[in-house]
Amino acid sequence: MKYLCLIYDEEKKVGSMSKSESDAFMGEYYAFTEGIQKSGHYVAGEALQPIHTATTVRIRNGKLSTTDGPFAETKEQLGGFYLINARDLNDAIQVASKIPSARLGSVEVRPIMVFDHQ
Amino acid sequence: MSGDAANETAVRDMVDAVYRSDSRRVLATLIRLLGDFDLAEEALHDAFTAAVERWPRDGVPANPRAWLVSAGRFKAIDAMRRRARFDASLEEIARRFDVETSDPVARDGESVEDDRLRLIFTCCHPALPPDAQIALTLREVCGLTTEEIARAFLTGPPTVAQRIVRAKAKIRDARIPYEVPVRGDLPGRLDTVLHVIYLVFNEGYSASAGSSLTRPDLSGEAIRLGRLLLDLLAEPEALGLLALMLLHESRRAARTSPAGELVLLGDQDRSLWNRELIAEGSALVQRALSSRRFGPYTLQAAIAAVHAEAPAAGATDWAQIVGLYDVLARADPSPVVELNRAAAVAMRDGPLAGLTLIDAILARGDLADYYLAHSARADLCRRLGRTTEARASYGRALRLTQQDPERRFLERRLGELPD
Repeated sequence: MKYLCLIYDEEKKVGSMSKSESDAFMGEYYAFTEGIQKSGHYVAGEALQPIHTATTVRIRNGKLSTTDGPFAETKEQLGGFYLINARDLNDAIQVASKIPSARLGSVEVRPIMVFDHQ
Repeated sequence: MSGDAANETAVRDMVDAVYRSDSRRVLATLIRLLGDFDLAEEALHDAFTAAVERWPRDGVPANPRAWLVSAGRFKAIDAMRRRARFDASLEEIARRFDVETSDPVARDGESVEDDRLRLIFTCCHPALPPDAQIALTLREVCGLTTEEIARAFLTGPPTVAQRIVRAKAKIRDARIPYEVPVRGDLPGRLDTVLHVIYLVFNEGYSASAGSSLTRPDLSGEAIRLGRLLLDLLAEPEALGLLALMLLHESRRAARTSPAGELVLLGDQDRSLWNRELIAEGSALVQRALSSRRFGPYTLQAAIAAVHAEAPAAGATDWAQIVGLYDVLARADPSPVVELNRAAAVAMRDGPLAGLTLIDAILARGDLADYYLAHSARADLCRRLGRTTEARASYGRALRLTQQDPERRFLERRLGELPD
Protein backbone atom coordinates (compact mmCIF):
# COMPACT_ATOMS: atom_id res chain seq x y z
CA MET A 1 0.00 0.00 0.00
CA LYS A 2 1.23 3.50 -0.84
CA TYR A 3 1.49 6.35 1.65
CA LEU A 4 2.47 9.95 1.05
CA CYS A 5 4.68 11.41 3.76
CA LEU A 6 4.23 15.20 3.72
CA ILE A 7 7.11 16.98 5.38
CA TYR A 8 6.42 20.18 7.28
CA ASP A 9 9.35 22.28 8.43
CA GLU A 10 9.76 25.68 9.94
CA GLU A 11 11.48 27.43 7.06
CA LYS A 12 12.91 30.02 9.45
CA LYS A 13 14.50 27.33 11.58
CA VAL A 14 15.95 25.47 8.61
CA GLY A 15 17.01 28.74 6.94
CA SER A 16 18.88 29.93 10.03
CA MET A 17 21.07 26.82 10.21
CA SER A 18 24.81 27.36 9.90
CA LYS A 19 26.60 25.88 6.88
CA SER A 20 27.85 22.89 8.85
CA GLU A 21 24.44 22.29 10.46
CA SER A 22 22.67 22.44 7.13
CA ASP A 23 25.28 20.16 5.52
CA ALA A 24 24.75 17.63 8.30
CA PHE A 25 20.96 17.92 7.88
CA MET A 26 21.18 17.32 4.13
CA GLY A 27 23.57 14.44 4.76
CA GLU A 28 20.92 12.83 6.96
CA TYR A 29 18.38 13.24 4.17
CA TYR A 30 20.72 11.57 1.63
CA ALA A 31 21.33 8.70 4.02
CA PHE A 32 17.61 8.35 4.76
CA THR A 33 16.69 8.32 1.06
CA GLU A 34 19.35 5.72 0.32
CA GLY A 35 18.09 3.65 3.23
CA ILE A 36 14.49 3.52 2.04
CA GLN A 37 15.60 2.84 -1.53
CA LYS A 38 17.48 -0.22 -0.24
CA SER A 39 14.59 -1.37 1.96
CA GLY A 40 12.18 -1.12 -0.98
CA HIS A 41 9.95 1.53 0.61
CA TYR A 42 10.94 4.32 -1.77
CA VAL A 43 8.66 5.24 -4.65
CA ALA A 44 9.40 8.94 -5.10
CA GLY A 45 10.52 11.96 -3.13
CA GLU A 46 11.25 15.63 -3.71
CA ALA A 47 12.08 18.74 -1.77
CA LEU A 48 10.16 21.94 -2.50
CA GLN A 49 11.42 25.50 -2.99
CA PRO A 50 10.54 27.78 -0.06
CA ILE A 51 7.00 29.06 0.45
CA HIS A 52 7.71 32.52 -1.06
CA THR A 53 7.93 30.84 -4.47
CA ALA A 54 4.41 29.37 -4.14
CA THR A 55 1.46 30.38 -6.28
CA THR A 56 -2.14 29.43 -5.61
CA VAL A 57 -4.46 28.89 -8.54
CA ARG A 58 -8.26 28.96 -8.32
CA ILE A 59 -11.09 29.17 -10.79
CA ARG A 60 -14.15 30.97 -9.47
CA ASN A 61 -17.17 31.74 -11.62
CA GLY A 62 -15.17 30.54 -14.60
CA LYS A 63 -12.48 33.13 -13.95
CA LEU A 64 -8.87 32.24 -13.25
CA SER A 65 -7.30 33.80 -10.22
CA THR A 66 -3.66 33.37 -9.32
CA THR A 67 -2.41 34.61 -6.00
CA ASP A 68 0.85 34.72 -4.17
CA GLY A 69 1.52 31.92 -1.69
CA PRO A 70 -0.96 29.80 0.23
CA PHE A 71 -1.02 32.44 3.02
CA ALA A 72 -0.79 29.76 5.64
CA GLU A 73 -0.79 31.23 9.11
CA THR A 74 0.86 28.08 10.43
CA LYS A 75 4.38 28.00 11.77
CA GLU A 76 5.33 25.00 9.63
CA GLN A 77 5.29 24.86 5.86
CA LEU A 78 5.11 22.00 3.42
CA GLY A 79 8.73 21.51 2.40
CA GLY A 80 8.82 18.21 0.59
CA PHE A 81 7.44 14.71 0.37
CA TYR A 82 8.18 11.04 0.01
CA LEU A 83 5.85 8.60 -1.66
CA ILE A 84 6.50 5.22 -0.08
CA ASN A 85 5.34 1.65 -0.32
CA ALA A 86 4.59 0.21 3.12
CA ARG A 87 3.04 -2.96 4.48
CA ASP A 88 0.60 -1.07 6.71
CA LEU A 89 0.32 2.12 8.77
CA ASN A 90 2.74 0.87 11.44
CA ASP A 91 5.36 0.24 8.77
CA ALA A 92 4.69 3.68 7.25
CA ILE A 93 5.00 5.31 10.71
CA GLN A 94 8.34 3.55 11.16
CA VAL A 95 9.61 5.02 7.88
CA ALA A 96 8.17 8.48 8.57
CA SER A 97 9.74 8.59 12.02
CA LYS A 98 13.18 8.32 10.40
CA ILE A 99 12.69 11.33 8.12
CA PRO A 100 15.14 13.90 9.53
CA SER A 101 12.45 16.63 9.66
CA ALA A 102 10.36 14.52 12.06
CA ARG A 103 12.73 15.83 14.75
CA LEU A 104 12.42 19.51 13.76
CA GLY A 105 8.99 19.82 12.23
CA SER A 106 6.41 17.16 11.56
CA VAL A 107 5.50 14.54 9.00
CA GLU A 108 1.93 13.87 7.95
CA VAL A 109 1.33 10.31 6.77
CA ARG A 110 -1.57 9.90 4.32
CA PRO A 111 -2.64 6.67 2.67
CA ILE A 112 -3.02 6.96 -1.09
CA MET A 113 -6.57 6.54 -2.29
CA VAL A 114 -7.07 3.66 -4.69
CA PHE A 115 -9.90 4.12 -7.19
CA ASP A 116 -11.72 1.03 -8.32
CA HIS A 117 -12.02 1.27 -12.10
CA GLN A 118 -14.16 -1.82 -12.53
CA MET B 1 -43.11 -27.91 30.44
CA SER B 2 -42.20 -30.68 27.99
CA GLY B 3 -38.74 -32.21 27.92
CA ASP B 4 -37.97 -30.53 24.61
CA ALA B 5 -38.97 -27.10 25.85
CA ALA B 6 -36.90 -27.58 29.01
CA ASN B 7 -33.95 -28.63 26.89
CA GLU B 8 -34.40 -25.63 24.65
CA THR B 9 -34.45 -23.26 27.65
CA ALA B 10 -31.31 -24.87 29.04
CA VAL B 11 -29.51 -24.51 25.70
CA ARG B 12 -30.65 -20.88 25.41
CA ASP B 13 -29.19 -20.15 28.84
CA MET B 14 -26.01 -21.88 27.71
CA VAL B 15 -25.82 -19.70 24.55
CA ASP B 16 -26.36 -16.60 26.70
CA ALA B 17 -23.61 -17.69 29.07
CA VAL B 18 -21.21 -18.36 26.19
CA TYR B 19 -22.11 -14.97 24.73
CA ARG B 20 -21.22 -13.24 27.99
CA SER B 21 -17.99 -15.16 28.55
CA ASP B 22 -16.70 -15.61 25.00
CA SER B 23 -18.29 -13.26 22.48
CA ARG B 24 -15.38 -10.80 22.68
CA ARG B 25 -12.84 -13.59 22.18
CA VAL B 26 -14.75 -14.90 19.18
CA LEU B 27 -15.00 -11.38 17.77
CA ALA B 28 -11.27 -10.78 18.24
CA THR B 29 -10.46 -13.92 16.27
CA LEU B 30 -13.02 -13.19 13.56
CA ILE B 31 -11.52 -9.73 13.02
CA ARG B 32 -8.15 -11.39 12.41
CA LEU B 33 -9.63 -14.00 10.07
CA LEU B 34 -11.85 -11.61 8.12
CA GLY B 35 -9.65 -8.52 8.30
CA ASP B 36 -12.58 -6.19 8.88
CA PHE B 37 -14.41 -5.04 12.02
CA ASP B 38 -17.87 -4.70 10.46
CA LEU B 39 -17.66 -8.01 8.65
CA ALA B 40 -16.55 -9.68 11.88
CA GLU B 41 -19.40 -8.16 13.90
CA GLU B 42 -21.91 -9.35 11.37
CA ALA B 43 -20.32 -12.81 11.40
CA LEU B 44 -20.40 -12.88 15.21
CA HIS B 45 -24.10 -12.08 15.17
CA ASP B 46 -24.75 -14.76 12.53
CA ALA B 47 -22.73 -17.34 14.46
CA PHE B 48 -24.78 -16.83 17.65
CA THR B 49 -28.00 -16.92 15.64
CA ALA B 50 -26.87 -20.27 14.21
CA ALA B 51 -26.04 -21.51 17.72
CA VAL B 52 -29.54 -20.69 18.96
CA GLU B 53 -30.99 -22.68 16.04
CA ARG B 54 -28.68 -25.63 16.01
CA TRP B 55 -27.45 -26.35 19.53
CA PRO B 56 -30.91 -27.43 20.80
CA ARG B 57 -31.12 -29.87 17.87
CA ASP B 58 -27.50 -31.05 17.51
CA GLY B 59 -26.37 -30.61 21.09
CA VAL B 60 -23.88 -28.11 22.51
CA PRO B 61 -20.48 -28.59 20.83
CA ALA B 62 -17.51 -29.71 22.92
CA ASN B 63 -15.68 -26.45 22.20
CA PRO B 64 -18.36 -23.77 21.79
CA ARG B 65 -15.89 -20.99 21.09
CA ALA B 66 -14.19 -22.87 18.25
CA TRP B 67 -17.62 -23.78 16.84
CA LEU B 68 -18.65 -20.11 16.87
CA VAL B 69 -15.45 -18.94 15.17
CA SER B 70 -15.91 -21.59 12.51
CA ALA B 71 -19.60 -20.81 12.02
CA GLY B 72 -18.93 -17.07 11.88
CA ARG B 73 -16.22 -17.55 9.29
CA PHE B 74 -18.44 -19.72 7.06
CA LYS B 75 -21.30 -17.25 7.35
CA ALA B 76 -18.98 -14.40 6.34
CA ILE B 77 -17.66 -16.32 3.33
CA ASP B 78 -21.25 -17.17 2.36
CA ALA B 79 -22.28 -13.54 2.65
CA MET B 80 -19.34 -12.47 0.50
CA ARG B 81 -20.16 -15.09 -2.14
CA ARG B 82 -23.75 -13.85 -2.26
CA ARG B 83 -22.58 -10.28 -2.69
CA ALA B 84 -19.97 -11.42 -5.22
CA ARG B 85 -22.78 -11.83 -7.73
CA PHE B 86 -22.87 -8.04 -7.76
CA ASP B 87 -19.20 -7.36 -7.12
CA ALA B 88 -16.71 -9.75 -8.70
CA SER B 89 -13.79 -8.60 -6.53
CA LEU B 90 -15.47 -10.13 -3.46
CA GLU B 91 -15.33 -13.60 -4.99
CA GLU B 92 -11.56 -13.37 -4.99
CA ILE B 93 -11.54 -12.27 -1.33
CA ALA B 94 -13.92 -15.05 -0.38
CA ARG B 95 -11.74 -17.65 -2.13
CA ARG B 96 -8.65 -16.31 -0.36
CA PHE B 97 -10.32 -16.60 3.08
CA ASP B 98 -11.41 -20.11 2.25
CA VAL B 99 -7.84 -21.17 1.54
CA GLU B 100 -5.91 -19.05 4.02
CA THR B 101 -8.07 -19.76 7.01
CA SER B 102 -9.24 -23.24 6.27
CA ASP B 103 -8.35 -24.41 9.75
CA PRO B 104 -8.73 -21.42 12.03
CA VAL B 105 -9.72 -23.29 15.14
CA ALA B 106 -6.79 -25.68 15.12
CA ARG B 107 -4.75 -22.78 16.48
CA ASP B 108 -4.06 -23.15 20.16
CA GLY B 109 -5.52 -21.14 23.00
CA GLU B 110 -2.51 -18.92 23.16
CA SER B 111 -3.10 -17.44 19.74
CA VAL B 112 -6.77 -16.84 20.60
CA GLU B 113 -5.52 -14.81 23.57
CA ASP B 114 -3.16 -13.04 21.14
CA ASP B 115 -6.21 -12.02 19.16
CA ARG B 116 -7.64 -10.27 22.22
CA LEU B 117 -4.35 -8.42 22.67
CA ARG B 118 -4.36 -7.52 18.95
CA LEU B 119 -7.86 -6.14 19.39
CA ILE B 120 -6.86 -4.01 22.39
CA PHE B 121 -3.78 -2.59 20.67
CA THR B 122 -5.73 -1.86 17.49
CA CYS B 123 -8.56 -0.09 19.33
CA CYS B 124 -5.96 1.95 21.23
CA HIS B 125 -3.80 2.77 18.20
CA PRO B 126 -2.23 6.21 18.63
CA ALA B 127 -3.28 7.16 15.08
CA LEU B 128 -6.90 7.20 16.35
CA PRO B 129 -8.14 10.22 18.30
CA PRO B 130 -8.34 9.61 22.09
CA ASP B 131 -12.16 9.86 22.17
CA ALA B 132 -12.35 7.21 19.49
CA GLN B 133 -9.85 4.96 21.27
CA ILE B 134 -12.05 4.97 24.35
CA ALA B 135 -15.32 4.45 22.47
CA LEU B 136 -13.90 1.69 20.29
CA THR B 137 -12.30 -0.13 23.24
CA LEU B 138 -15.52 -0.06 25.26
CA ARG B 139 -17.52 -1.19 22.22
CA GLU B 140 -15.26 -3.92 20.82
CA VAL B 141 -13.22 -5.16 23.78
CA CYS B 142 -15.79 -4.72 26.56
CA GLY B 143 -18.88 -5.31 24.42
CA LEU B 144 -20.73 -2.22 25.69
CA THR B 145 -23.47 -0.90 23.41
CA THR B 146 -23.22 2.52 21.82
CA GLU B 147 -26.07 3.67 24.09
CA GLU B 148 -24.25 2.48 27.22
CA ILE B 149 -21.06 4.29 26.19
CA ALA B 150 -23.01 7.47 25.41
CA ARG B 151 -24.74 7.36 28.79
CA ALA B 152 -21.46 6.83 30.61
CA PHE B 153 -19.84 9.82 28.92
CA LEU B 154 -22.96 12.00 28.98
CA THR B 155 -23.03 12.38 25.22
CA GLY B 156 -25.56 11.37 22.61
CA PRO B 157 -25.48 7.91 20.99
CA PRO B 158 -25.07 9.49 17.50
CA THR B 159 -21.85 11.16 18.64
CA VAL B 160 -20.44 7.90 19.97
CA ALA B 161 -21.63 5.98 16.89
CA GLN B 162 -19.92 8.50 14.64
CA ARG B 163 -16.65 8.22 16.56
CA ILE B 164 -16.74 4.45 16.20
CA VAL B 165 -17.63 4.52 12.50
CA ARG B 166 -14.83 7.00 11.77
CA ALA B 167 -12.32 4.98 13.77
CA LYS B 168 -13.20 1.79 11.90
CA ALA B 169 -12.93 3.66 8.60
CA LYS B 170 -9.47 4.88 9.53
CA ILE B 171 -8.37 1.39 10.59
CA ARG B 172 -9.51 0.11 7.19
CA ASP B 173 -8.44 2.98 4.93
CA ALA B 174 -5.09 3.84 6.51
CA ARG B 175 -4.51 0.10 7.05
CA ILE B 176 -3.83 0.05 10.77
CA PRO B 177 -2.60 -3.51 11.20
CA TYR B 178 -4.24 -6.02 13.52
CA GLU B 179 -1.18 -6.91 15.51
CA VAL B 180 0.58 -6.73 18.85
CA PRO B 181 3.39 -4.17 18.50
CA VAL B 182 6.95 -5.44 18.16
CA ARG B 183 9.15 -5.28 21.28
CA GLY B 184 10.75 -1.98 20.36
CA ASP B 185 7.38 -0.23 19.95
CA LEU B 186 5.75 -1.92 22.93
CA PRO B 187 6.51 0.60 25.71
CA GLY B 188 5.03 3.55 23.80
CA ARG B 189 2.05 1.59 22.53
CA LEU B 190 1.38 0.09 25.96
CA ASP B 191 1.31 3.63 27.38
CA THR B 192 -1.58 4.48 25.08
CA VAL B 193 -3.51 1.37 26.15
CA LEU B 194 -2.89 2.08 29.85
CA HIS B 195 -3.94 5.69 29.33
CA VAL B 196 -7.22 4.66 27.71
CA ILE B 197 -7.99 2.27 30.58
CA TYR B 198 -7.11 4.90 33.17
CA LEU B 199 -9.29 7.53 31.46
CA VAL B 200 -12.22 5.11 31.54
CA PHE B 201 -11.55 4.45 35.22
CA ASN B 202 -11.29 8.13 36.10
CA GLU B 203 -14.49 8.97 34.27
CA GLY B 204 -16.16 6.39 36.50
CA TYR B 205 -14.34 7.38 39.67
CA SER B 206 -14.42 11.12 39.38
CA ALA B 207 -17.04 12.02 36.83
CA SER B 208 -16.00 15.25 35.13
CA ALA B 209 -19.46 16.80 35.17
CA GLY B 210 -22.95 16.14 36.40
CA SER B 211 -24.85 15.62 39.58
CA SER B 212 -23.23 12.41 40.78
CA LEU B 213 -19.64 12.15 41.94
CA THR B 214 -18.88 8.73 40.50
CA ARG B 215 -20.11 6.24 37.93
CA PRO B 216 -19.17 2.83 39.35
CA ASP B 217 -20.03 0.85 36.18
CA LEU B 218 -17.32 2.56 34.21
CA SER B 219 -14.72 1.99 36.93
CA GLY B 220 -15.70 -1.66 37.09
CA GLU B 221 -15.27 -1.92 33.32
CA ALA B 222 -11.82 -0.30 33.54
CA ILE B 223 -10.76 -2.73 36.28
CA ARG B 224 -11.98 -5.65 34.17
CA LEU B 225 -9.94 -4.28 31.26
CA GLY B 226 -6.92 -3.87 33.53
CA ARG B 227 -7.20 -7.50 34.67
CA LEU B 228 -7.58 -8.69 31.09
CA LEU B 229 -4.54 -6.73 29.95
CA LEU B 230 -2.48 -8.10 32.82
CA ASP B 231 -3.55 -11.67 31.98
CA LEU B 232 -2.42 -11.13 28.42
CA LEU B 233 0.69 -9.05 29.03
CA ALA B 234 2.36 -9.14 32.44
CA GLU B 235 4.22 -5.83 32.11
CA PRO B 236 5.13 -3.93 35.32
CA GLU B 237 3.10 -0.85 34.42
CA ALA B 238 0.06 -3.03 33.69
CA LEU B 239 0.49 -4.34 37.26
CA GLY B 240 0.91 -0.78 38.50
CA LEU B 241 -2.21 0.51 36.77
CA LEU B 242 -4.40 -2.33 38.05
CA ALA B 243 -3.01 -1.78 41.56
CA LEU B 244 -3.71 1.95 41.31
CA MET B 245 -7.30 1.37 40.21
CA LEU B 246 -7.95 -1.22 42.92
CA LEU B 247 -6.52 1.02 45.64
CA HIS B 248 -8.65 3.98 44.51
CA GLU B 249 -11.67 1.73 44.19
CA SER B 250 -11.15 0.44 47.76
CA ARG B 251 -12.07 3.90 49.06
CA ARG B 252 -15.20 4.41 46.97
CA ALA B 253 -17.68 3.83 49.82
CA ALA B 254 -15.83 6.31 52.03
CA ARG B 255 -15.44 9.00 49.39
CA THR B 256 -19.00 10.26 49.55
CA SER B 257 -21.18 10.86 52.59
CA PRO B 258 -24.66 9.28 52.73
CA ALA B 259 -25.96 12.65 51.51
CA GLY B 260 -23.74 12.43 48.42
CA GLU B 261 -21.15 14.93 49.65
CA LEU B 262 -17.44 14.65 48.87
CA VAL B 263 -15.29 13.40 51.77
CA LEU B 264 -11.55 14.10 51.56
CA LEU B 265 -9.01 11.33 52.21
CA GLY B 266 -8.04 12.69 55.63
CA ASP B 267 -11.67 12.78 56.82
CA GLN B 268 -12.75 9.40 55.45
CA ASP B 269 -14.09 6.64 57.70
CA ARG B 270 -11.33 4.08 57.14
CA SER B 271 -13.51 1.22 58.35
CA LEU B 272 -15.43 1.67 55.08
CA TRP B 273 -12.33 0.95 52.99
CA ASN B 274 -12.44 -2.36 51.18
CA ARG B 275 -9.63 -4.43 52.76
CA GLU B 276 -9.69 -7.11 50.06
CA LEU B 277 -9.06 -4.59 47.29
CA ILE B 278 -6.31 -2.96 49.38
CA ALA B 279 -4.60 -6.32 49.96
CA GLU B 280 -4.76 -7.19 46.27
CA GLY B 281 -3.62 -3.72 45.20
CA SER B 282 -0.71 -3.64 47.66
CA ALA B 283 0.48 -7.08 46.55
CA LEU B 284 0.43 -5.95 42.91
CA VAL B 285 2.42 -2.82 43.83
CA GLN B 286 5.08 -5.00 45.46
CA ARG B 287 5.31 -7.19 42.35
CA ALA B 288 5.59 -4.15 40.08
CA LEU B 289 8.23 -2.47 42.27
CA SER B 290 10.34 -5.62 42.45
CA SER B 291 10.48 -5.74 38.63
CA ARG B 292 12.59 -2.56 38.73
CA ARG B 293 11.05 -1.58 35.37
CA PHE B 294 8.14 0.31 36.89
CA GLY B 295 6.89 3.77 35.89
CA PRO B 296 4.37 6.44 36.85
CA TYR B 297 1.37 4.13 37.41
CA THR B 298 3.29 1.92 39.81
CA LEU B 299 4.59 4.96 41.70
CA GLN B 300 1.10 6.44 42.02
CA ALA B 301 -0.13 3.05 43.19
CA ALA B 302 2.69 2.90 45.75
CA ILE B 303 1.59 6.28 47.10
CA ALA B 304 -2.03 5.09 47.28
CA ALA B 305 -0.80 1.95 49.09
CA VAL B 306 0.99 4.04 51.76
CA HIS B 307 -2.28 5.88 52.40
CA ALA B 308 -4.20 2.62 52.47
CA GLU B 309 -1.86 1.11 55.05
CA ALA B 310 -2.19 4.00 57.53
CA PRO B 311 -4.63 3.02 60.30
CA ALA B 312 -5.59 6.69 60.76
CA ALA B 313 -5.02 9.87 58.75
CA GLY B 314 -2.69 11.17 61.47
CA ALA B 315 -0.56 8.02 61.22
CA THR B 316 0.21 8.51 57.49
CA ASP B 317 3.88 8.12 56.60
CA TRP B 318 4.20 11.51 54.85
CA ALA B 319 7.98 11.24 54.55
CA GLN B 320 7.61 8.10 52.47
CA ILE B 321 4.90 9.74 50.37
CA VAL B 322 7.06 12.80 49.68
CA GLY B 323 9.91 10.43 48.73
CA LEU B 324 7.68 8.59 46.26
CA TYR B 325 6.50 11.89 44.77
CA ASP B 326 10.16 12.87 44.31
CA VAL B 327 10.72 9.73 42.22
CA LEU B 328 7.44 10.28 40.35
CA ALA B 329 8.35 13.90 39.57
CA ARG B 330 11.56 12.63 37.94
CA ALA B 331 9.89 9.74 36.07
CA ASP B 332 6.92 11.75 34.84
CA PRO B 333 7.37 15.47 35.47
CA SER B 334 4.13 17.44 35.48
CA PRO B 335 2.66 20.40 37.36
CA VAL B 336 -0.07 18.15 38.82
CA VAL B 337 2.55 15.81 40.32
CA GLU B 338 4.32 18.88 41.74
CA LEU B 339 1.05 20.07 43.27
CA ASN B 340 0.45 16.72 44.95
CA ARG B 341 4.02 16.68 46.17
CA ALA B 342 3.51 20.16 47.63
CA ALA B 343 0.41 18.93 49.50
CA ALA B 344 2.44 16.02 50.93
CA VAL B 345 5.26 18.39 51.92
CA ALA B 346 2.67 20.52 53.73
CA MET B 347 1.67 17.47 55.74
CA ARG B 348 5.28 16.57 56.54
CA ASP B 349 6.78 20.04 57.14
CA GLY B 350 3.75 22.24 57.86
CA PRO B 351 1.37 24.37 55.74
CA LEU B 352 3.82 27.22 55.09
CA ALA B 353 6.32 24.91 53.32
CA GLY B 354 3.51 23.56 51.11
CA LEU B 355 2.11 27.01 50.37
CA THR B 356 5.50 28.27 49.19
CA LEU B 357 5.69 25.38 46.69
CA ILE B 358 2.12 25.85 45.44
CA ASP B 359 2.60 29.59 44.99
CA ALA B 360 5.71 28.88 42.93
CA ILE B 361 3.71 26.52 40.65
CA LEU B 362 0.87 29.03 40.29
CA ALA B 363 3.34 31.86 39.63
CA ARG B 364 4.50 29.93 36.54
CA GLY B 365 0.89 29.98 35.35
CA ASP B 366 0.87 26.20 34.86
CA LEU B 367 -2.18 25.34 36.92
CA ALA B 368 -4.00 28.67 36.86
CA ASP B 369 -7.19 26.98 35.59
CA TYR B 370 -6.96 23.84 37.73
CA TYR B 371 -9.48 24.06 40.55
CA LEU B 372 -7.60 21.61 42.81
CA ALA B 373 -4.56 23.91 42.84
CA HIS B 374 -6.68 26.77 44.16
CA SER B 375 -8.60 24.64 46.65
CA ALA B 376 -5.31 23.17 47.96
CA ARG B 377 -3.92 26.69 48.31
CA ALA B 378 -7.09 27.83 50.05
CA ASP B 379 -6.83 24.96 52.48
CA LEU B 380 -3.24 25.80 53.45
CA CYS B 381 -4.12 29.50 53.86
CA ARG B 382 -7.03 28.49 56.10
CA ARG B 383 -4.72 26.40 58.26
CA LEU B 384 -2.29 29.34 58.49
CA GLY B 385 -5.14 31.65 59.56
CA ARG B 386 -4.86 33.75 56.37
CA THR B 387 -8.63 34.00 56.00
CA THR B 388 -8.79 36.64 53.26
CA GLU B 389 -6.42 34.70 50.98
CA ALA B 390 -8.26 31.47 51.75
CA ARG B 391 -11.57 33.05 50.78
CA ALA B 392 -10.14 34.35 47.47
CA SER B 393 -8.66 30.94 46.58
CA TYR B 394 -11.82 28.98 47.46
CA GLY B 395 -13.69 31.47 45.28
CA ARG B 396 -11.37 30.87 42.33
CA ALA B 397 -11.62 27.10 42.78
CA LEU B 398 -15.40 27.38 42.83
CA ARG B 399 -15.43 29.24 39.54
CA LEU B 400 -13.34 26.47 37.95
CA THR B 401 -15.31 23.30 38.78
CA GLN B 402 -18.48 22.09 37.10
CA GLN B 403 -19.19 19.16 39.38
CA ASP B 404 -22.02 19.64 41.87
CA PRO B 405 -20.62 17.73 44.90
CA GLU B 406 -17.24 19.45 44.52
CA ARG B 407 -18.97 22.82 44.34
CA ARG B 408 -20.97 22.09 47.48
CA PHE B 409 -17.78 21.01 49.26
CA LEU B 410 -16.04 24.28 48.39
CA GLU B 411 -19.09 26.30 49.39
CA ARG B 412 -19.16 24.49 52.72
CA ARG B 413 -15.48 25.30 53.32
CA LEU B 414 -16.10 28.93 52.41
CA GLY B 415 -18.99 29.06 54.87
CA GLU B 416 -16.81 27.65 57.65
CA LEU B 417 -14.21 30.42 57.37
CA PRO B 418 -14.28 32.88 60.27
CA ASP B 419 -15.44 36.41 59.37
